[in-house]
Amino acid sequence: MTIKGKAYIAGIYEHPTRHAPDKSTAQLHTEVAKGAIEDAGLSKDDVDGYFCAGDAPGGAWPMVDYLGLNTKKLRHVDSTETGGCSYIIHLGHAAEAIAAGKCSIALITLAGKPRTGVMPPRAAGAEADFESAYGATTHNAYGMCAMRHMHDYGTTSEQLAWIKVAASHHAQYNPHAMLKDVVTVEDVLNSPMISDPLHRMDCCVVSDGGGALIVTTPEIAKSLKKPLVKLIGHGEAMKGPRGGKDLDLTYSAGIWSGPRAFEEAGITPKDIKYASIYDSFTITVLMQLEDLGFCKKGEGGKFVADGNLISGVGKLPFNTDGGGLCSNHPVNRGGMTKIIEAVRQLRGEAHPKVQVKNCDLAIAHGTGGLLGVRHAASTAILERV
Amino acid sequence: MSEAKKYPAPVTNPETAAFWDAAKQGKFMIKRCTACGDAHYFPRSICPFCYSDKTVWEEASGEGTIYTYSLMRKSPTGPYAIGYVTLKEGPSVQTNFVDCDLEKLKIGQKVKVVFKPTDGAPLPFFTPA
Repeated sequence: MTIKGKAYIAGIYEHPTRHAPDKSTAQLHTEVAKGAIEDAGLSKDDVDGYFCAGDAPGGAWPMVDYLGLNTKKLRHVDSTETGGCSYIIHLGHAAEAIAAGKCSIALITLAGKPRTGVMPPRAAGAEADFESAYGATTHNAYGMCAMRHMHDYGTTSEQLAWIKVAASHHAQYNPHAMLKDVVTVEDVLNSPMISDPLHRMDCCVVSDGGGALIVTTPEIAKSLKKPLVKLIGHGEAMKGPRGGKDLDLTYSAGIWSGPRAFEEAGITPKDIKYASIYDSFTITVLMQLEDLGFCKKGEGGKFVADGNLISGVGKLPFNTDGGGLCSNHPVNRGGMTKIIEAVRQLRGEAHPKVQVKNCDLAIAHGTGGLLGVRHAASTAILERV
Repeated sequence: MSEAKKYPAPVTNPETAAFWDAAKQGKFMIKRCTACGDAHYFPRSICPFCYSDKTVWEEASGEGTIYTYSLMRKSPTGPYAIGYVTLKEGPSVQTNFVDCDLEKLKIGQKVKVVFKPTDGAPLPFFTPA
């Protein structure tokens, strides 16, 4: 059994807003749903599957109601919550549901406003009494990974900075990007230290916004007008300290989700023309590139240096919208925009200055939760037909 | 600075109550599985490695080394250092480093447990040995 080629991404929409104090979160979900449905050339009444995560106010049933979806038709719902990679997991689950005949037109939405106001805290797990007092945040949890990666492999702040530099080269062409200025390695190193060894410019932006996808059957996709993009491989995985045995913060769950996706797709990292890699922090990108097999473990620093991730310059163009480091990071969750930019690249709809030539194979990979504590990862491999 | 910081009291539950009761006596407890022999942290009734229910409480030495850390410099309550300590007994535990110069922490440094008061049971932290 495989989902290879059984589902296509027929509609994408990224909300242009980066700050939305004048809108409700449910409204943003509806605006991105409308955008993706219209991009596909469908109507909301065609939707028979709905996918959302923890950012959807009240969860699936209040959202389905607010969105005005056709409840006589809607027959498949999934509210898997794995933080920022939820939407990459939803993409795989939508393909599974479509392959099994459980739905034919799936809508996935993400939206929220962390820039306007503080997000509600995540529900505590069994570890709460043993961890919550220690103040793990995104910054210091990823800082702990970077610190150990540097210790074990000699990774440097300069190498990490190249990831931000590459993102900034791409963001200059994105009119919606929050940070459009091209920066240098020195700019990153001279930005204030936030949580050692991560500087401010090693961190992504905080933005309001959202995005949505329409996933459908090959037959329906072929009846629509957009260039055809199909899902050919998918993987998901989780990792945590697991009782504190053999703790190793230098790799992520991507070390499992990546090979699962590549195996299903029947390709290798060398075949990938464009990579959307979740960039909550520069270290997130470096570790994931290693885990996905774009280079050996410990060699991520060398791999990302000297512009290797810059479109038209390096061997692996990444996050050509500017990514979370420069463009946006709606709801502190980067998975959705990773899929959207990968689809743009495969359709040939990326900005001409960053469009990858003959882009026929792309990867969208993300993590959710805290890399230094416990997290999920998901990998999607997409092909232009 | 860290002395002035107020920490939340553990909620506790039937599975972990013995840990917090021991903490009140200044003892740092871990759980060990008598079936597979491995120790783990935080404590569970069922061994997370072999799923045996033959887990027993064991007083740990409270000694270990810093696996990693990060000094958080932007915090409304002042800078603090989070990290993991690999205990002599094996498991690695999440903690904060206290009562020391946070700028001088090093991976591999020897540390020991120290308890800090809350409105309930005290919480374990680590400081250079």
